[in-house]
Amino acid sequence: MTMIADEGAQELRPRSELTARELLREVGSVLRLSEAEAAKLGDLPEDPDEDQTMIINMGPSHPSTHGVLRLMLELQGETVLRCKPIIGYLHTGMEKTGEQLTFMQGGTNVTRMDYASPLNNELVFSMATEKLLGIDGDIPERAQWMRMLLSELNRMSSHLLFMATNGMDLGAVSMMIYGWREREEVLRFFQKVTGLRMNHNFVRPGGLAADLPPGWRDDVLRILDLLPERLEEYDILMTGQPIWRERLQGVGVITPNEALALGGTRPILRSTGVEWDLRRHDPYLRYDEVEFDIIVGSYGDAFDRYAIRLNEIRESMRIVRQILDRMPEGDYRIQDKKVTPPPRARIDESMEALIHHFKIFTEGFKVPEGEVYVAIESPRGEIGCYIASDGSPTPYRMHVRAPSFVNIQCLPHMMRGGLVADAVAVISSVDPVLGEVDR
Amino acid sequence: MTDTPEAQSEDATEEAEASISEPEMLGCPMTESRGQIVLHVARDRYVEVAKQLADEGYAMCVDLTAVDYLKHMDRELPTSVIGERFEIVVNLLDITHSRRIRLRTQVPEADATIATLFDLYPGTEAMEREVFDMFGISFEGHPDPSRILMPEDWNGYPLRKDFQVGTIPVQFKGAAS
Amino acid sequence: MALGDVVNDGLGGLSHNVITGRLEDLVNWSRSRSSWPATFGLACCAIEMMASGAAHYDIARFGMEVFRASPRQADIMIVAGRVSQKMAPVLRQVYDQMMEPKWVISMGVCASSGGMFNNYAIVQGVDQIVPVDVYAPGCPPTPETLIHAIETLHTKIEQGEIMRRRGQTGAGASIHVEEIPAGSVPVLLGRQPHD
Repeated sequence: MTMIADEGAQELRPRSELTARELLREVGSVLRLSEAEAAKLGDLPEDPDEDQTMIINMGPSHPSTHGVLRLMLELQGETVLRCKPIIGYLHTGMEKTGEQLTFMQGGTNVTRMDYASPLNNELVFSMATEKLLGIDGDIPERAQWMRMLLSELNRMSSHLLFMATNGMDLGAVSMMIYGWREREEVLRFFQKVTGLRMNHNFVRPGGLAADLPPGWRDDVLRILDLLPERLEEYDILMTGQPIWRERLQGVGVITPNEALALGGTRPILRSTGVEWDLRRHDPYLRYDEVEFDIIVGSYGDAFDRYAIRLNEIRESMRIVRQILDRMPEGDYRIQDKKVTPPPRARIDESMEALIHHFKIFTEGFKVPEGEVYVAIESPRGEIGCYIASDGSPTPYRMHVRAPSFVNIQCLPHMMRGGLVADAVAVISSVDPVLGEVDR
Repeated sequence: MTDTPEAQSEDATEEAEASISEPEMLGCPMTESRGQIVLHVARDRYVEVAKQLADEGYAMCVDLTAVDYLKHMDRELPTSVIGERFEIVVNLLDITHSRRIRLRTQVPEADATIATLFDLYPGTEAMEREVFDMFGISFEGHPDPSRILMPEDWNGYPLRKDFQVGTIPVQFKGAAS
Repeated sequence: MALGDVVNDGLGGLSHNVITGRLEDLVNWSRSRSSWPATFGLACCAIEMMASGAAHYDIARFGMEVFRASPRQADIMIVAGRVSQKMAPVLRQVYDQMMEPKWVISMGVCASSGGMFNNYAIVQGVDQIVPVDVYAPGCPPTPETLIHAIETLHTKIEQGEIMRRRGQTGAGASIHVEEIPAGSVPVLLGRQPHD
């Protein structure tokens, strides 16, 4: 009986003998089956021989909260030999929709990609549009600082989501409740500022949709006062706990070369020891004016990724405190008539304002021809937006480089040689959001 | 143009100016787009140039995507580059020096294939599958050329400009009619 | 009915210590108060669904904190998120595996009608695949809206109306609820014995 999945499964050379490139090239520990062929395998009789490997399917509807990710695992007993992530169960055609929507409406589309940190998606799209328009140097100070504030708060809420889901996946179910309790505080602030708890469509080309409401400082201070002691609780609950450490340390190890070759960014890359943060090395907004540390791991395992995210919440709080002190006064939006609609009150008074408003919202503003790629640091990695424009009000091609899409390629590599139970821990430590994987 | 000697010498100087003023890097025309360096690479030199850049330090391939220029064939390109229907766009990142570069390669519609970058950058595996799924461009040497986002038996390549969006006309209930 | 006394005044409201009622009512009462959701959390709505399961908007008080991953053990399928072409057969398969009686809540506009994604990739409304009982609008619906939808479904289950409607049309109940914007204090919906 020839199994198509053979591919030299019995002749896997030990990992220590291979360089990173060879390891990935040698059938790359990725299951090279098409879905049709894998479906046929289910009909083959099981061989009682112990060396026979077994291919099982995990997902797409499984209790892990990361969405509709399907994994095909090739197991030998409990050990995972190979793994193939199968995605596409949430493909929404967002890039095609993006070509139909104007640049002003594009934020509504892009924000639903990484739905755990929607403001970052909108930010990268707006920054790419502004670069194409040529106004990226003229965005008012207050708008930039406000964007930073929202981006960092979003980073905090996304990492709290990670901690909640990571805890639940590994069995600390109460962590799910705690993580969400913290998130509610941040979401309540977002609701006060943007009007929505999620998928805000608040960051627009030219600035933001509205100014911060009065009393925002107190709200942010309340969040900042509340969180540190709760993070201490999580340290007690998880970080120092032997069971947690046993489950995460040494699981899902990846080396720096492998991470670079596979394109993994942020938590995966930084857990291996490579210090690369776009906020420091390729600063955008006003990140070069605030102080923060870049947290780097040393072993490249799942515990490092967890610890990096936990401490990044602390770093984000530090940045938010500095923003609180230094938030300047000014416009929340650039005063460029091309991009910014007039204030609502003026629409009643002036015909030109009405026409201007109408034109911007129905037809959209025309963006000069060109193409640009802008990348920022989202909680999951480097999110980039590539827009090619042909001078019309809608993007000609809008492509978002989703960090989770690329990070998922690291999964087979990290799971190899581990147990099935560790597979869940590995997925959880990568923290993919399937909305941006499938777009 | 006319055949007068003045016109001919004008053409010659224009050509000479054009060839001098077009910057080059690694033998490919280099342009700048909103402050970002773009290399226009010919299809047959694609892997070679990528390898040279990888040796120079561009260790990470951040993004590989494609654009279908069917409705915008008159886009701006350097004079030595002939625009085809598809363009493959690769973004590379150099961590040590913190710099980025973009490669653009023209791919004709009639022969929509290009070499794969999987050997250089294994991280392009999923990205190339997505380009194949969405545009129909095949990558020679790719270990697993199959659809990644659409179901395997889907017909058509969704992100091509001649593929309809598939909008269903909406009738709003409760609207005064 | 004597159950109404219990709801209003607790056990002290009973005039005698034997409760009589119809078996059907009792079964419906228990079904509505202990329906376990099978999550079909797909996209952004899944985050809000988890938020409604968390401490602040606690749906455990309605008997629904146990999100069963196995469809065999679940009663309500909450389709939370956009359903893509690849996911549609999986959705139908999970729905078929659920045991009767089963109900479907379509959460969010993407599940109800395709939402803002009117294109090739998204099924325009999950009711093209499974019969839907309650539609909860919103993008994403706030947890209050989801709780409103769940409570509407529970009330209908308790009154047996949903079973009756199914019998007539063979389709879902197709109840549309209104969206409740998020408030700073969660809405506590009281249980009305007679709606």
